[in-house]
Amino acid sequence: MTKKIKSITNPAFELEILSPEEVQSIHSASLDIIQNVGVRFPSPKALDIWEDHGARVDRDRSIVRAPGRLIEQALEKAPPSYDLVARNPDQTLPLDGNHVFVGTDGCGVEVIDIQSGERRRSCWQDVADVARVADYLEEIAFHWVAVSAQDCPPETRGLHELRAVWENSSKHVQTESVYSEEEARAAVEMAAAIAGGREALHQRPVLSIMQCTASPLGQDGGSLEAALIAAEAGLPVGFMTMAACLTTGPATMAGTLAVGNAEVISATALIQLAYPGAPVFYAAAQTASDLRTGAYTGGGPEDFLFGAATNQLSDFYNIPLSMGSFATGAKEPDWQAGIENSLSTFMASAAMSDMLLGVGLLHGSRIWSYEQMLMDCEIFNVVHKMMEGIPVNDETLALEAIQTVGPGGNFLAQKHTREHMRDVYVPQFLDRRPYNVWEAKGDGPRDWARARAREILATHQPEPLEQKLSTEFQRIIQSLEKE
Amino acid sequence: MKTDLFQAMAQSIIDGDAEAAHRLAQQAIELSIDPLEAINEGFVAGVNHVGDEFACGAAFLPELVMAGEAMKTAVSTLEPEMNKRGTQREVLGKVVLATIHGDIHDIGKTLVGTMLSASGFQVFDLGVDVPIEAILAKAREVEADLIGVSALLTTTMSRQKELIRTADEKGLRPKIKIMVGGAPVTKEWVAEIGADGYSEDAIGAVKIARQLLGQPV
Repeated sequence: MTKKIKSITNPAFELEILSPEEVQSIHSASLDIIQNVGVRFPSPKALDIWEDHGARVDRDRSIVRAPGRLIEQALEKAPPSYDLVARNPDQTLPLDGNHVFVGTDGCGVEVIDIQSGERRRSCWQDVADVARVADYLEEIAFHWVAVSAQDCPPETRGLHELRAVWENSSKHVQTESVYSEEEARAAVEMAAAIAGGREALHQRPVLSIMQCTASPLGQDGGSLEAALIAAEAGLPVGFMTMAACLTTGPATMAGTLAVGNAEVISATALIQLAYPGAPVFYAAAQTASDLRTGAYTGGGPEDFLFGAATNQLSDFYNIPLSMGSFATGAKEPDWQAGIENSLSTFMASAAMSDMLLGVGLLHGSRIWSYEQMLMDCEIFNVVHKMMEGIPVNDETLALEAIQTVGPGGNFLAQKHTREHMRDVYVPQFLDRRPYNVWEAKGDGPRDWARARAREILATHQPEPLEQKLSTEFQRIIQSLEKE
Repeated sequence: MKTDLFQAMAQSIIDGDAEAAHRLAQQAIELSIDPLEAINEGFVAGVNHVGDEFACGAAFLPELVMAGEAMKTAVSTLEPEMNKRGTQREVLGKVVLATIHGDIHDIGKTLVGTMLSASGFQVFDLGVDVPIEAILAKAREVEADLIGVSALLTTTMSRQKELIRTADEKGLRPKIKIMVGGAPVTKEWVAEIGADGYSEDAIGAVKIARQLLGQPV
């Protein structure tokens, strides 16, 4: 049985690391960049839309320079809140600024095999298996495509992946792996089949689409065209910047925020110019490149700060945020994974990012680990508990119980204790056993997490997808493969 | 006098100051100093210094890149004079670089190009979204020793395999070595497609390139 989805809501505190003036400065810098430096939109369709709305378009270089007012007016048309609808209506997610939901990370290329423990290339069955475990876990609210179905043809891979997730979970799917117009059309058709037609899809968007920008200051043509198809169909669309200090962004964090923000708001404005009022979200996973190698790091204090700052930007534009947290650069579920995933998730949660991406991947979102997935859920549970804060009232001050126990003694046998003991956090994957037990058993949290994932895989039955939908999915995919 | 000039040349590379490097290179031409001597006694000393600093952890990647760019400027300023004298700078090898067809991600590939050219390779960077035929044609045209091809997406990564197959069919290997790179590339993938080498970062790529061409690392 799939459990009720767990989310952070009504937080006891909220983190704001930028002042309103600083947010305004970043916004102004981004508008300045869009107007004077320009952003590359390598898609004739996108360039037509920009030109129709009075932006300066350099066709040879696909560079768009748009006045600040045009961007601001377009962004004002975006709806501030909407639902990410699930196949099972009980699992629909309100993106209303008062919820933090967790998804799976994506899109990895390898998997630590849950039976053998060997690292190997990911395939379709892995997409299905991860989706089934995610369907079971209450901490996971929605899916990204966790790993690439590399045994499927490249041209339709993104669609095979969607079928794998929908056949194994009734939760909302946000794909980051559909980035061509043809695939987007087919994905819309698949989503419409679930929702009950193209019209119904506008009310019940069971799919949302995330596209990456191409930092610095560029977009991908296929991504833009896929996003336009999705927006036309009423699917929520987001653009993610992964600008990185030193390489694809300036060395300074403010500069990298300004560059990434210019990419995201220009692409978002394009969607609003084409389809005013279409549901959109801000997406980001900025980082700092490694000073020694220039490589993507997947963690570090800059990531944590970006995680907290970006929700202030998306709040400023009054649209939901999908924020990169977790996604450690560590090679295995270890100390580094623990520190990176905990701090990134805490900072992004404390700023009330609407969606957190995501659990389960190692080595900068390359290698899937079920152990990491389960332990990431534990991190979210810890943060969830922290965000409840410390309620202070007559009942929680417990003066009566304190009087009864008095100096010395203990509170274990108090009625007050029985009533409130379940407020105390119970970890699943933290080792609190006596030293000698730990020594004798020789196991630990990673073993428990692996065992738990195996158990879920062996026993969890997701709410089945109607056979006729599966058949329809295969028909849609095959029709594209025949062309 | 010459020693001072050579020292200033080395310093311009260490400072990553392309303008100064250009000015000093011009000065050398005006003073009729052999351009090869200017490169080898002056500028290269700066490159070596930055390389040593990097190796012991005292310098960082941006310093290497800036030194590389300054070096490139100095060499291109001296090139007409070298041509006039009928001399040529010895290159470690010729490398054709590209991001494969269908893929527009270029940061890693560009960085590899900068590092290779700073290390003395002659680099022909064809940019992004480059068809396999165009890569192989360029490699034949310039008589390349090495091709480096990058992909960020699993959907475009498969074209690395296609490139290698096509190169084999045309009999271009083993004369031309092929290196691959990009975030989804693993050593297992490299083995499967039969590439000659790969690296996860740009510094490593220089090492692999040297190894493949049988040079001291």
